[in-house]
Order: sequence, then C-alpha cells, then structure tokens
Amino acid sequence: MQKDTLKIIIVGHVDHGKSTLIGRLLLDTNSLPKDRLSEIKKISKELGKDTELAFLTDQLKEERERNITIDTTQTFFKTRKRDYVIIDAPGHVEFLKNMLTGATLAEAAVLITDVNEGVMEQTRRHAYLINMLGIDKIILVFNKMDIIDYNEAKFTEIKNKLLVFFESLGVRPSFIIPISAKKGINITKRSPEISWYKGPALLEALDSLIIDAKTEKKPLRLPVQDIYEIDGKKIMVGKIDSGTIKRGQKVILSPSSKKAVINSIVLFEKEKTSAQAGENIGLLLKEGAVAERGEIIAEEENSPEVSSLFRGNIFWMSDEPLQVNKPVTLRCATQEVRCVAEKIEKRINSSTLEVLETNAKELKINEAGIVLFKTDEPIAIEKFSFIEEMGRFIIEQQYNLQGAGIITETTV
Amino acid sequence: MDYLAELENKTIYIIREAYNRFKNVAMLWSIGKDSTTLLWVVRKAFFGKIPFPIMHIDTSYKFKEIYEFRDKYSKEWGLNLIISRNEKALAEGTCPEKGKLNCCNSLKTEALKMTISEYKFKALLLAIRRDEHGIRAKERYFSPRTADFKWNYKDQPAELWDLYKSRIEEEQHFRIHPMLHWTELDIWRYIEKERIPIVNLYLAKNGKRYRSIGCATCCAPVDSKADSIRKIVKELETTTIAERSGRAQDKEDAYTMQRLRSLGYM
Repeated sequence: MQKDTLKIIIVGHVDHGKSTLIGRLLLDTNSLPKDRLSEIKKISKELGKDTELAFLTDQLKEERERNITIDTTQTFFKTRKRDYVIIDAPGHVEFLKNMLTGATLAEAAVLITDVNEGVMEQTRRHAYLINMLGIDKIILVFNKMDIIDYNEAKFTEIKNKLLVFFESLGVRPSFIIPISAKKGINITKRSPEISWYKGPALLEALDSLIIDAKTEKKPLRLPVQDIYEIDGKKIMVGKIDSGTIKRGQKVILSPSSKKAVINSIVLFEKEKTSAQAGENIGLLLKEGAVAERGEIIAEEENSPEVSSLFRGNIFWMSDEPLQVNKPVTLRCATQEVRCVAEKIEKRINSSTLEVLETNAKELKINEAGIVLFKTDEPIAIEKFSFIEEMGRFIIEQQYNLQGAGIITETTV
Repeated sequence: MDYLAELENKTIYIIREAYNRFKNVAMLWSIGKDSTTLLWVVRKAFFGKIPFPIMHIDTSYKFKEIYEFRDKYSKEWGLNLIISRNEKALAEGTCPEKGKLNCCNSLKTEALKMTISEYKFKALLLAIRRDEHGIRAKERYFSPRTADFKWNYKDQPAELWDLYKSRIEEEQHFRIHPMLHWTELDIWRYIEKERIPIVNLYLAKNGKRYRSIGCATCCAPVDSKADSIRKIVKELETTTIAERSGRAQDKEDAYTMQRLRSLGYM
C-alpha cells in the first residue's frame, strides 16, 4: 500500500546546499506563504546578501548570521503525487546529534554533495548513519553544477568517488542526479542546461519512490507502556510495534515468560475485536492479570528473543566516552536496564569506515563501534533487520543520551 | 491506517509517555483549535478520565467567545481546570498598547512561571506545531527548560525514534509537544472527521474569519468566505497566506518570536 505522505531527510556536508535545496523545493512547488518570501528578501538585504533561500529553514538568528544550520527542522510541500515532509539536517560535525534526531524520523534520504568541493567528511559519515538507521531509499544529488559549467567529466569523477564508498556500505542509491539548487536546475523537470543527463529531475525521482507500509506479516510485538486504573479496572496501554492482536488470543509476556489471554481491546468509548501495527490500544487480560511497563506482549508460539547478551552497531555522540565495563542505562522499546559494554570489538571511524582498533577500551565522540553488551537482567529483543522497533536502542548516562545503536545479533 | 490515524496515534503515544515518566503533568489549553484538538486526543489517551489538570493562561484580553467555550466544555468534559493569571501585572495596567513584547511576556510567560512553581509541575503539554513558525519547527517533542524557563535552542538533546528524554535535573521542567508533527490542514481535517467542537470565531462572518485566535487586542481576522469546517479545509488546501499572519507578536521584527520563545514563551 502506497502512503500519501513521505518524510525525507536532506543530508550532506556543511555548505553543500541542503537548506538552499529545501528553499528551492518550497519555492518551485508553490509551498510558500506570500509574506514568507518577502520576509526572506528583506532579511537577506539587511545582512547584505542576495536572496538566501536557506533562510526559509535557517530560522535562528545565529544560523542566518553564521550561514549554517544548527538544528534540524521540518517543512512541508506537496506534488501532484503526494505530500512531503522535508527534514533539514545540519551538516556541521558539531551538530551530528541534531542530524540523527532528524534522521530517525525519515523514510528516505537525499544526500547532497557539492561537485566543486567533492566528497567530504560529513558526506560519508551521513551516508554511513543513514544506512545504519535502516533508511534504504537514498537519492544522491550533486549540487552547484552551475559553478562547474555543467561539466559531465567533473560530475562523473565526483560521483564515482562517492559510489565507491556506497559500495563499501553495500548500498545502491535509488537515483543519482546532477542539480543546481540555487538556479533550480533538474529540480522539477529535466533542464536543458544539462543535456547529457537523461534521468529524472529530483521531484520526479522522489515521486517515483515506493515506500512499503510497515504492516507486512510480522509476529505480534506490543511493548507495555503503562497501566491505568479506570473505573476499578486495570487497563494496560501500549503501541503495537508489529503484527496483529485479537480478542481471545493467547499471548506470552517477555522477558517474564508469563502466559495470558486477551480479554478485551479497548479505546475511548469503544471496543475492538482486533488491532494492528501502529495502533495505541488498551488491553484487559483474562482474570485481571497485568503486565508491567517494559514487558513485551507476543504470540504464544512466536515470542521475541530473551537475552542478557547481544551484539550491536553503535554510534557514540557524547564527549564522555563509552568505556568497557562501566555501567550505563540501556533503553529498548519501553524496557530500561543497566548494562555494560562487555567488549568493544571494533572501534571505527564513522566517516572513512576504517577500523581504528580491535578490542578497544573506549569509544569516543563521533566514532562507531561493534559492541557486545551485557545487561543486568535479561531483556526481550530482536534483530534490527527483523523488527526495527525492538532492535534499536539508546545508551544514557545520568541525564543524557550518549549513544544510539541497532542490534545485529540477539544471542552471542 | 490512514494518515490522520497515524498522526493521532503518535500523539497518544507521546502523551502517555509524558504522563508515565513525570506524573506531575499539566496541559496548556488556550481554547484555540490546536490545543482543543490536543485536549480531544488527551481524553482519548486516558479513556475520558484525564489524570492531570488542564491550565488556561488567562491574559484577561481574550475574546468573550473563548471564555464561554472554556466554561462550557470544561464542565461537559469534567476537566480539572486551573486558570493562570498574572494579577499583579494586570493591576499595574499591563496591556499591549504599552508594548507587545512585555505584555506577552508578563501576562503569558510570567503567569505560567508562577503557576508552575505553585504546583511544581515537571512537564507541560503544549499544542505547538512545526509548520506554525520557523522557530517552532526546531522544537523537540520532549524539550527541557531551565528553572528560569530558558530554552537552550543552540544545544538541544538528541531525540531518537520514540525513545524520548525522560530525565532532567531537579530544577528543570519539560515542555512536551505531542502535536509537533501536525499541520494546520491536518488539524482541520481531523476536527472535521472527529466532529470536535471549536470556537466559532474560526468560521467566517461577513467575509472575515480568524485563522488563529488569542487575545482580542492582538488578533486580526483574514478575508474568507469559509463558514463551515468543510470550507475551511477547502480554503487551506489552496491558500498562500500564512496562518499566523493575523498575529501581532510574530510581526514586530524577524526575531521577536525567537526572543519570546527563548524567554519561555509558548
């Protein structure tokens, strides 16, 4: 089933034109309120600049004065085919956590590279992170073609460099498009300026992406979020991450392995006989049984892995390093447990993918790692490649989120 | 699942997460279309029994239709309503004519500060949306504020998937934004689908209607013939006029909203 809204993130190195491209998309799809454009013209003039399309999303005073994007933002446009949410992400290394914040909401990505400057540190790192997060629809655009006079040889050279990196990630981009965001070249339709390019323009490429709805046949996973007492009854609430739940169904709770039967599925002033992935529902179990927050409700014959040891790919974003055997908090679905990195098997440069060290003592900011985690108590998990919601996790220390990862092996 | 159901489900998850993590929560209800929609979803999230208070920040300059609507539905829906007013500033004659930035700041932000410290709320639910204003587009769903309400927009915490930040230092509180991902058009489509009651100022009368409501002193109507929810949806599908074009505090200069928000404005 095709969805009628697509969330795309625009990523790439600082100054390669992400915010300008978004401004261009808004302008060329007539998505701007009248007074927004005149506001941007006025402010650009006050700062002594030509009309700066990037100001449409770079809304903070500091962003406009420094000419960079600091935090992620979202805007909206539509084509005849569907509605889009565009997520703008900062390209500066200092703001990677903001880029990741945007990326976890996206269903597809546009990676922008300045053909003049070529493939840079964040170009590769963003590609790595987008791929790690499971976004498999990636469009490569090569921007500022106007500056190199629409030169095919130069474009091919830069494109091939990036494709080598994509090969090492094992990813095939959906489209590769030469553009000029500033001049509006190859944005809505193929432009005569680049006659040697025979593929679709960016908007045509976006419109042709097919994102599969996530409700395919997967086993039931419903993490318990909370328990409410309403009119003397205990109602468990939660969001179905995958599969379908039915009234009368026999279920198992993980990690406790308790068995239960679904008595009723309730909404406000409504009851349902079944519910599916994405729905937030209330549940009553037979004989008034309740599960705690963190337990995962699953089909009796197909429950998640329960393990206290797993392997994951992790990206570290805190100045304070991840250290072997130092207790941290792990959160996965609604579960929260103490855990340690028992082994940092590989410490990896997240931009070049170079393995910096095996059996490392710590993982530093902006590094990626392959890590063996050991939790204090067993938890219910899945491989990210099987059920994303149950296979992704974050690491917190004290008040702060410090790392994010995906589970690659549930039993070690 | 259709698009509106997806939006609603995400919002319910966030509301329940906020209540689970903080318990001492309140929701801000301006009686406008967005917060009335949020209130509608909050009622759904808790099966009609909202376990926390609903707060109205009353500047005393609101439209009379807003007060009437508030009193009618807070009774009908059995709300635990808190009315937050900066009586001291009102007694001193604070009003928009003496400076809009100061008026918004003392009658809204300062009033809110007083109520928060009185009730010791750890988290506040607000119905702001990303598409309303460029500054609001930079927000997180769970957004920490310092004790003096400062929003550190230059260094916000990462927020990945639906694993929201849930721990803060003692003196801080959270702004929770469950409607962040809705657009103005989504709100009206949802109001139409769910038949949510709204203040009639939004409907056109004599060729004018309000797109955004707040204080009677600082809101201007826009030209419109949309005298039904259906017609509002139709109108918004084609308009190029910004939603808050009738709101004075957005206009004073380009960064008024950024300054107000960094001081704790909603």
